[in-house]
Amino acid sequence: MKKRSMETSLAGHSGKLIRSIERRLFLRQGLSLGALALLSGCDLTDDESVQKLLTGMSRWNDSAQGWLFNPNKLAPEFPESAITKPFPFNAFYSVDEVQTVDGASYQLELAGLIRDKKPWTLPELYSLPQTSQITRHICVEGWSAIGKWSGVRFSDFLARIGADASAKYIGFKCADDYYSSVDMATALHPQTLLTFRYADETLPPKYGFPMKLRIPTKLGFKNPKHIMSMFVTNEYPGGYWEDQGYNWFSGS
Amino acid sequence: MEAARTQWVKVHPLVVRITHWVNAFAILVMVASGWRIYNASPLFPFRIPNELTLGGWLAGALQWHFAAMWLLVINGIVYVTYGVVSGHFRRKLLPITPRAIFHDVLEALRGKLAHEDLSVYNAAQRTAYLAIILCGVVLVLSGLAIWKPVQLQEITAIIGGYESARVVHFLAMALLVLIVLVHVVMVILVPRTLPTMITGRARRAS
Repeated sequence: MKKRSMETSLAGHSGKLIRSIERRLFLRQGLSLGALALLSGCDLTDDESVQKLLTGMSRWNDSAQGWLFNPNKLAPEFPESAITKPFPFNAFYSVDEVQTVDGASYQLELAGLIRDKKPWTLPELYSLPQTSQITRHICVEGWSAIGKWSGVRFSDFLARIGADASAKYIGFKCADDYYSSVDMATALHPQTLLTFRYADETLPPKYGFPMKLRIPTKLGFKNPKHIMSMFVTNEYPGGYWEDQGYNWFSGS
Repeated sequence: MEAARTQWVKVHPLVVRITHWVNAFAILVMVASGWRIYNASPLFPFRIPNELTLGGWLAGALQWHFAAMWLLVINGIVYVTYGVVSGHFRRKLLPITPRAIFHDVLEALRGKLAHEDLSVYNAAQRTAYLAIILCGVVLVLSGLAIWKPVQLQEITAIIGGYESARVVHFLAMALLVLIVLVHVVMVILVPRTLPTMITGRARRAS
């Protein structure tokens, strides 16, 4: 998701609220299909009951996607020649505002329903068995790009730290104040990787140093970068974009 | 006494009328929200004016799109099932020959196309309505290919991959919008077809 799309959208929202009462009167006076078509979407979306319905449908879509999710279905993998160069940078800020995390003092913090909450340093994480994948990253905006990520299989890591696999969610907190969460089934998917390398080199800051959770079965914004801590929980943790109205499950 | 001899003929069954209007609403929401989603990452070197779109921003547009999708698909299943099982499609949309289409489209362009009997579709109408159904099927399949390129990757593969599915989805939308525009213009030119799609009946002088 790009910064500009968020700025325009937030500016659009606050201004439109003031005029919503007038709009509602207009709606009551004559609601025809034609009038509906002429109304700008924002006004209609700002209506409380309409928003409630849309949010309800988004929760229903979370359930539907959870039901559709097949834990054994693998995302297509591609040859090296298919990799998109350069791989696009994408965050809620511009590339010159990327966080630089100090690798030497870094420790991954663990919390919640985890047996062994000892923090992990980078050398410890790098010493775990590593695997690679070349998969398609699909942005919620519609564009896609193919990249190569390497790291530890997340289900292996979760087993090693004694995460409660019967819990519902895993939440992530990132160095750039981003946060997100995923369902346990997706976290345990064989292609969900805690990655430390991009294109066979240490993950550069713009791609999420020191680590990015790569989930090829979800949209791009469900792949948190610069992860500082993670927690296992049964309470819905939400996320940066999810709390603003983007669908939480957002599976591919 | 002459007026009493005016006959009312049943033109559109109740199922067709209900699914027609539900579909009109669902398509309107899908297209208007889809245009906003398109604007987040345009496939082609143009954007849709935001005033014509629904949702206010990408997240809102996605909420509308993935809510109305259920309405569109469930309504579409009811309509197509009814059309096939009841024989409605066979009776009203078939047969259809290239020669008849050519003839009727020419007549339509000359403003001479006959609409005396609203219960019988001419070849131009049959083509348009069949094309709309086909567009709907392609839109749903390419939409599923974009929405679930992993879980439903077999569909995505048939369409030629994720990026191809985006193009197909857009082109099918463009064709659908074009047909709907012609359809609405035709209704404006032959306005008595509009109440018929609500009441189901048309007046026919005996």
